[in-house]
Amino acid sequence: MDQIPSRKGGGKKEIMDITAWVFYGFAAIAIGSALLLVSMRNVARSLFLFFIVLFSVAGLYVFALADFVAITQILVYVGGVLVLMLFAFMLSNKELLNDLQMGTSHFFALPVWQSVILAASFLSILIYASLHLGTHEPAWILSSRESGAILTPTDQTVQHLGVQIMTRYLLPFEIISVLLMMALIGAAHLTRKEANP
Amino acid sequence: MIPLTHFLIVGACLFAIGLYTVMARRNAILVLVGIELMINAAILNLVAFSRYDKTAYGGQAFALFAIVLAAAAVAVALAIILNAYKFYKSVNPEDIRNLKD
Repeated sequence: MDQIPSRKGGGKKEIMDITAWVFYGFAAIAIGSALLLVSMRNVARSLFLFFIVLFSVAGLYVFALADFVAITQILVYVGGVLVLMLFAFMLSNKELLNDLQMGTSHFFALPVWQSVILAASFLSILIYASLHLGTHEPAWILSSRESGAILTPTDQTVQHLGVQIMTRYLLPFEIISVLLMMALIGAAHLTRKEANP
Repeated sequence: MIPLTHFLIVGACLFAIGLYTVMARRNAILVLVGIELMINAAILNLVAFSRYDKTAYGGQAFALFAIVLAAAAVAVALAIILNAYKFYKSVNPEDIRNLKD
């Protein structure tokens, strides 16, 4: 489990340890508040827990050396999506806030224990696959490790990412922009007030 | 550096929790939150693999695109949920049965 590479100097080892502990702290906060989110009755509370999950996942992105993605996560998800969800609640009827989880007979699609089984089996498959991938690394990861094409914490990722988006990923970028505009127009159209009811 | 496997395991846990939320909760907005959790787990995997791709930055670029897509999906889905609530007076996905009235 504890296979943190490149532990050479004593001071470096200490820094690595602190980094690893902060990483595991963020991971524990993310998973713990996600579990709490599922078990909460009050929808507003679980939305605020979703807030915490998004923040700590943004922290995990920083540890994967993707600082721009982390900032985008905070700006778009926490600043946009979550505020949108909260607004949708607070502006709408009081019944949206109730979970309606009173009876045990009617559940969406599946009873709880079946969905627990399904989620647990999915989790075991995913963990088995990732452990397998840890021992049998794909060829492209091995080759990039050999040629030294691995991101290091001192790299200027933001500049390179901007250049790559504007050159190599220009077509997906444009398609995403058009799709975002379509989605926003569609959402505004769906929520409009009827002129003559 | 944190090994790749640990990122993948955290992503797997988030994905399973999101899957459980989608299947077990009876509030449409919480189902939407579960979908967002699964999207976040997928983005975490993209970002974790992107560490080994210094030339193309494919994982990080597509993580940004996925975040934008998720934001668009949330806008449309919330509009649909509010409209369905106006019509059916319920946010329980089980009560929403008809495509046409």
